[in-house]
Amino acid sequence: MAAFSAKHSRRTRSLAFNYVILTALICFSLLPLLSMVFNSLKSDAEANSNPLGLPLKGIRLQNFVDAWNAGHLGTNMLNSAFLAFGTIAGVIVIAGMAAYSLSKLNLPGANYITLYLLVGTSMPAQLFMVPLFFLWAKLGLSDKLIGVIIIFWALQSPFATFLLRSYMLSIPKDFEDAAKVDGASELQVLRHVIVPLSLPGFLTVGLVVGLGAWNEFLFAVTFLHHANVMPISTSLYAFVSRYDRQWGLTSAAAMIMILPVLILFLSLQRQFIEGLTQGGLKA
Amino acid sequence: MTGTTLTVNEAALASSRRAARFRKNILPWLFMAPLIFFNVVVILGPSFGSAYYAFTEWSGLGPAKWVGLANFQRMVTDRVYLIALGNNLKWTAIFLTVPISLALFGSALLAPIKRFQMVYRVGYFVPYIIASVVNSQIWRNLLNPTRGLGVWLASIGLKFFNVAYFGNVHTVLYSIAFVDNWHWWGFLVVLYLAAMQAIDRELYEVGILEGATRWQEWRFITFPGIRATFVFTALMTVIWSFLVFDYVYILTQGGPAHASEVLATEVYNAAFFRFDVGYAAAVGLSMSFFAAIVVTGYLILKGRGWEI
Repeated sequence: MAAFSAKHSRRTRSLAFNYVILTALICFSLLPLLSMVFNSLKSDAEANSNPLGLPLKGIRLQNFVDAWNAGHLGTNMLNSAFLAFGTIAGVIVIAGMAAYSLSKLNLPGANYITLYLLVGTSMPAQLFMVPLFFLWAKLGLSDKLIGVIIIFWALQSPFATFLLRSYMLSIPKDFEDAAKVDGASELQVLRHVIVPLSLPGFLTVGLVVGLGAWNEFLFAVTFLHHANVMPISTSLYAFVSRYDRQWGLTSAAAMIMILPVLILFLSLQRQFIEGLTQGGLKA
Repeated sequence: MTGTTLTVNEAALASSRRAARFRKNILPWLFMAPLIFFNVVVILGPSFGSAYYAFTEWSGLGPAKWVGLANFQRMVTDRVYLIALGNNLKWTAIFLTVPISLALFGSALLAPIKRFQMVYRVGYFVPYIIASVVNSQIWRNLLNPTRGLGVWLASIGLKFFNVAYFGNVHTVLYSIAFVDNWHWWGFLVVLYLAAMQAIDRELYEVGILEGATRWQEWRFITFPGIRATFVFTALMTVIWSFLVFDYVYILTQGGPAHASEVLATEVYNAAFFRFDVGYAAAVGLSMSFFAAIVVTGYLILKGRGWEI
């Protein structure tokens, strides 16, 4: 009995230690973000004299209005939304069909396709980006949002296919058979049986793919140069170097970019984390 | 009369056989076709393009001129290439140690707690979902040489920290790695935590009964349980360390004086600023070569029966 309680108290004490360290670590993760939130609410003069602390001289929301207007962020946000939704729509169709083929249609040579997709996803962008740039220029796809959307389709579909395939494999075959007895074609089975039953998978794919398109930098900076097609990521990059000294303004612009992501993440964090950790491993 | 029926039957049979063959062999490929099409156009085709252009001199306009191995000869003697390669190797060493040990430590502390586990998990994950542009901006401000953390630390007596982190050739690479690591390690925590939660609880019960210490518990139960995830993250770390681009390009563009140049920024500069497309392709090809070595090494070790 005594031995048990001694062991018990060791556990409780060590958990207190866990909480202390874990809290220190969460401060390391979140305080830098908080400093940006604070700076976005300060006047430039205050951000200059008090760059790290709380906004003490009142909360200045004007920064958000100024950043929105000076950076034409409305256009950029729309472009990013277009990139995100265009990517989501295409990937869902492309990967949904491929996953159906792999999981339910007994694709001949499925192993080779899987291997190819695995190798393809670990191919460095720098290997194919340069010829792709000149190919896109030739095809008239440079400086067009659809050009980058097509690239995202190719980059994101393999991961989405693997994720959706695992959802579809868990659907019992009886469900399809029942529909086929009623005379449904393959497309109808896909639309009315498989897709509704793997909807959580599609939601996860949509979130991960949309987040990737919203945050993406390398292809955006390479393929989209005109101000009217720039997404928020590269326009923020340009904005920050132009208004380098004005931390209130640039922090507000950055906040505008991440607010939709943060709100979505906090309300659907389970799906986000599941999707990003399941094979969606991208740096 | 009978003859006609027979023909009709045969025709029906033939068409149903054709339909069956279609369903078995053609239809699955039709569903696969869009994925393969976009993959070939965007990734596979241009990758072969790079493999060709690497042996040419090309400015991006007009015809490419075959130069054999000249680009590769130039590469291995080029100062910037060697700096970049060295930086990628340093980057690999940093990312194989710092974020992985931090995440192993964090997840080991997080796994046994029940209250607020979700809050910590989400908190650590947040920087990972924020765009590289924003994370870079946050840290450029925090590490600003005239009004950042360094100035504040110097004001309370820690003068050692007052450094131009991104402007000094000796600190720049490590400062960028620090920022990238800050956004990355929390993701690893969540990965390791998920693997730990799949470990059989009974093993820990046995461990407690046998009087195992915390360290022994981790060493003999937890770590073997997450070994597969650990090896996978280590492998991916090595591959990605040769591809790093975003944080370097956004924070310093490889400067000052190429001190933070990496292979990916060198490809980018060669192709789009110096219009040295053949050379850029050669550098890009060398990047995939390093990744291929790592993957092949892994597969060989695995084939020899190593438990990794």
